[in-house]
Amino acid sequence: MSNSKDFMEGFGPLQLDVLKEIGNIGSGHAATSLSKLLQKKIEMHVPGVEVVDFDQVMELAGGADKEVVSVFQRMEGEAPGTMFFIMPPSQAHHFVKLMTNVSEDLEDDAEMAMSALQELGNILSGAYLTALCDFTELDLQSTVPSISQDMVGAILSMGLIELSQVSDAAIVIKTSLIDGDGEGGEDEFLEGHFFLFPDPPSYQKIFSSLGVREDD
Amino acid sequence: MIKEGQVLRIGIGDMGIVHSPDLIRTSGLGSCVGIVLYDEVKKLAGMAHIMLPEAALAKKQGLKRAKYADTAIEDLLAGLKGAGASSYRLKAKLAGGAQMFQFTSSNDMMRIGPRNVEAVKKNLQSLHIPILAEDLGGRSGRTIEFHPDTAELHIRKVNQGESVI
Repeated sequence: MSNSKDFMEGFGPLQLDVLKEIGNIGSGHAATSLSKLLQKKIEMHVPGVEVVDFDQVMELAGGADKEVVSVFQRMEGEAPGTMFFIMPPSQAHHFVKLMTNVSEDLEDDAEMAMSALQELGNILSGAYLTALCDFTELDLQSTVPSISQDMVGAILSMGLIELSQVSDAAIVIKTSLIDGDGEGGEDEFLEGHFFLFPDPPSYQKIFSSLGVREDD
Repeated sequence: MIKEGQVLRIGIGDMGIVHSPDLIRTSGLGSCVGIVLYDEVKKLAGMAHIMLPEAALAKKQGLKRAKYADTAIEDLLAGLKGAGASSYRLKAKLAGGAQMFQFTSSNDMMRIGPRNVEAVKKNLQSLHIPILAEDLGGRSGRTIEFHPDTAELHIRKVNQGESVI
């Protein structure tokens, strides 16, 4: 039986590149969908894949204490895993305003804001997942996305539960969406981050579906 | 002159021990449970931020022991005794174990919060360590800070402010 180090040692530069490409394709599709929805140009940050310890996962999202709005979904099927779309609360409100064309404070209509966010979550995670399925030819279904506003640590730790049974480190597949227009200054700036955490056995399935061996 | 205390930060799946006037804190507990064991007389406290109910769940050997309720409590106990605490005086305060997301899933891991709480309580009971206060379950994340001089556990939740147990 191998120990936890061996699990992470199965990932060389080639494997990390494959994972980066998956993040790239997933968020690329999501950016396109978002761009259509908001009728705005949305761009994608250069995607990153890093092997880090659990605390550093939280740091990559702004720190365990930081309050964020997240869209969470479990992927089920041939390569199960967990996906998050995370944004600062101010951004979430901004997304909702753009979607609903409501200019007043959304605190007044929490139900409408929540349903708009749910819809945003559906669209983004659906686009991400469809791209993953097309690229890997794996059969994946998603649960209905769940929205919550809470601390980064409380939210992202759900993505580490499966992994924590085989490793003390995580592979973070993080991609970011930004407003491509660059208009309107700071207030108008859009930003959100995708985090993908495949369950440990899913890595092998993803790699082999793409013709890459885990220990290359 | 009063000595200014420092704050020891405990990461996810980690543990540590402090002596008054220092404080001990962990951030962003969701389904994880923050376990505090303390000796009021010696003003000593240990904290663990556990993620999983038992080490036997691990599918590989050699992982961090502070990640699991059972091994974390074992190590906290040993560490506190080593620092001069009396095991018969040790008491516990607990926070965390939330269910952050609600939906049906075939995945048992979605229920990990309540399972963590159960495991922590079972292990403390078998060691005869009384639980003096707890703030468990619910749907909110928590950041907690323990003050060994007063045995107060400060709990912060998003939108709900701070409480002390």
